[in-house]
Amino acid sequence: MRNEDSLYQKKRDRRRLFADFRFRVYGILGLVLAGSALLFLLGNIFSTGYSAFQQTVITLEFNLDAEILGVTSTASPAERQEANAAKVAKNGLYVLFPEVKKSKDKRNLTKLLSLGAELDIRDLLIDKPESIGSSVTLTVPMSSDVDQYYKASLRGEQFQSRLDEQQKKWLQILIDKKIVEMQFNTDFFTRADSRYPELAGIGGAVVGTIYTLLICLLIAFPLGVAAAIYLEEFSRDSFMARMVEANINNLAAVPSVIFGLLGLAVILNVFGLPRSTPLAGGIVLALMTLPTIIIACRSAIKTVPPSIREAGMAMGASPIQVTFHHVMPAAMSGTLTGTIIGLAQALGETAPLLMIGMVAFIANVPGAPSDPATALPVQIYLWAESAERGFVEKTAAAIMVIIVFLIAMNLLAVLIRNRTRISNK
Amino acid sequence: MSNNNATQPEISKNASRGSLPPMQVSRKQAEKNSVAVMCADNVNVFYGNTQALYDVSIDIEQQQITALIGPSGCGKSTFLRCLNRMNDVIDNCTITGQITLNKEDIYAPSVDVVSLRRKIGMVFQKPNPFPKSIFDNIAYGPRIHGIAEHKDDLEEIVVDSLNKAGLFNEVKDRLHNSALGLSGGQQQRLCIARAIAINPEVLLMDEPCSALDPIATNHVEELMWELKENYTIIIVTHSMQQAARVSQQTGFFHMGSLVEVGKTEQIFQNPVDKRTHDYITGRFG
Repeated sequence: MRNEDSLYQKKRDRRRLFADFRFRVYGILGLVLAGSALLFLLGNIFSTGYSAFQQTVITLEFNLDAEILGVTSTASPAERQEANAAKVAKNGLYVLFPEVKKSKDKRNLTKLLSLGAELDIRDLLIDKPESIGSSVTLTVPMSSDVDQYYKASLRGEQFQSRLDEQQKKWLQILIDKKIVEMQFNTDFFTRADSRYPELAGIGGAVVGTIYTLLICLLIAFPLGVAAAIYLEEFSRDSFMARMVEANINNLAAVPSVIFGLLGLAVILNVFGLPRSTPLAGGIVLALMTLPTIIIACRSAIKTVPPSIREAGMAMGASPIQVTFHHVMPAAMSGTLTGTIIGLAQALGETAPLLMIGMVAFIANVPGAPSDPATALPVQIYLWAESAERGFVEKTAAAIMVIIVFLIAMNLLAVLIRNRTRISNK
Repeated sequence: MSNNNATQPEISKNASRGSLPPMQVSRKQAEKNSVAVMCADNVNVFYGNTQALYDVSIDIEQQQITALIGPSGCGKSTFLRCLNRMNDVIDNCTITGQITLNKEDIYAPSVDVVSLRRKIGMVFQKPNPFPKSIFDNIAYGPRIHGIAEHKDDLEEIVVDSLNKAGLFNEVKDRLHNSALGLSGGQQQRLCIARAIAINPEVLLMDEPCSALDPIATNHVEELMWELKENYTIIIVTHSMQQAARVSQQTGFFHMGSLVEVGKTEQIFQNPVDKRTHDYITGRFG
């Protein structure tokens, strides 16, 4: 009898150990799967997007002839703005190819240059009017087609380019003259959206996102913390309190596009806030983030031991003093972590912003939260549906930027959590 | 409950006796030696529909240690928490009867709970220092009540309180370290120092030694003896030995009623009620 028992026991033990082992293998498999999926995704984005951080540029000499420009060095800034910079830019290229005479060929030749060349010259005219009449050497961007072709040729790839044979020949001559090179694309970080891929940047979207998140934080954080404090510390357990609680939990699960519709109907149409602005976007995202912050803050408050509250009360602290002197400092790390996670969620949100018009094409970097702007995820969405080939790498690069933002925010959350945990010891 | 009628004359006899040994005069009220600081009169406490206390009446005498003993769940902690209105925060808790501090009803609508708790300090079962520095723990009370006007005054209060709690020499080098780094016994003495930093009239102690080892318990008991000179102390304890060691007056709670109250020697040597006798001889509880 005993023997049988122990045999059974042994079998059981072996089975149990095997189950243990099996579970561990499943876990490792799951991790490997998730890790490789992430690596694949990141690798894909990185390999497509890294080239966007570089731009093909050409160094040319431009003759800032007052006659061609149509302005003199004494002209007003408004007049200088109207100067014929395009002609100067084209001439800079024509002088290298005196044999090109036909206007059709000339037009094809100028397609090598980006509109950015003209813009750079105009900027120079506005900043330094004294340079009119002289000759300047500038490094200006080349067109997106050249950029794509040159990058592909550097990688040694065969590439279906939109450049024709003649243009390729001209480009080869320029490359042989060693005036074409790759440069770090600072424009990508400072410029706003553009119809020309080589000029499109995420500067506008980044600034728009920062304004939007700032508005979102300024509204959602105080409101969320105040609501959590009230619900957790002051409200009595009534039917109303339970209703509010249930609704907050439901609100956290509402699809974000609904918040966008609410923003459209209430914030834009009823309150008449300007469309496409970070102000309206921030308010909508604040509504969306609010439940997340309330829930995080409430659970942080719940973890504060009641003995601390009793200690405070027994010392004669009023309920408000107990809350702000003892409960909130202890609950702050959880609250901040929840807030940052909520903001990170808001950072990646596209749908509600589409509804309030932040999807518009905006070519200027916004100067204030009330200026029309777009946000990073919306910018990605816009570029992703552009037909131009140059936007493919821009899309991937913008995704890389948003991932960096997300990682930075999550790191900040971890940092805050660790720091307060240490100080509590 | 029938006992209450029997015990009440007992209290008044105690109170009117006035034959307690003379004590060091260090407070103004000390001349009225035998006067009860706090009086409870027919206190009933309900949590929702459950009654936790039945007609408790007791007089707490000035500068004495009153011990409340009884089996678990007998209502002694509930009663203690009524004395500084800590039960107010419990939603469905209702209290009837009267509790007075210096002849003023502490449940009168005009009474400010915050200033009441300033006069009646409390030390809890589990040491509960604030997660702040030792200095800030003690300075907190004086700060929120505006007791110290200058920084120097505040430091004086902190050092003084730590000295009174017999903790100063142990922590003087690390006043600005976190209080959570102290041992359990030290933390409890810190909590006592914190409570006396605002100079309360009455000090409530809810099983202050139940989480401590015998050495730390000894420390705290000695401390109570010293504090008795200046403060009126009410202590809830599970340990009958502790009650016998430290208190002058003892009340025995059972099933929510105060069965018997009297001088400690009398309760332990010559209890009137059979239940008291059974409890202190270890028949139940």
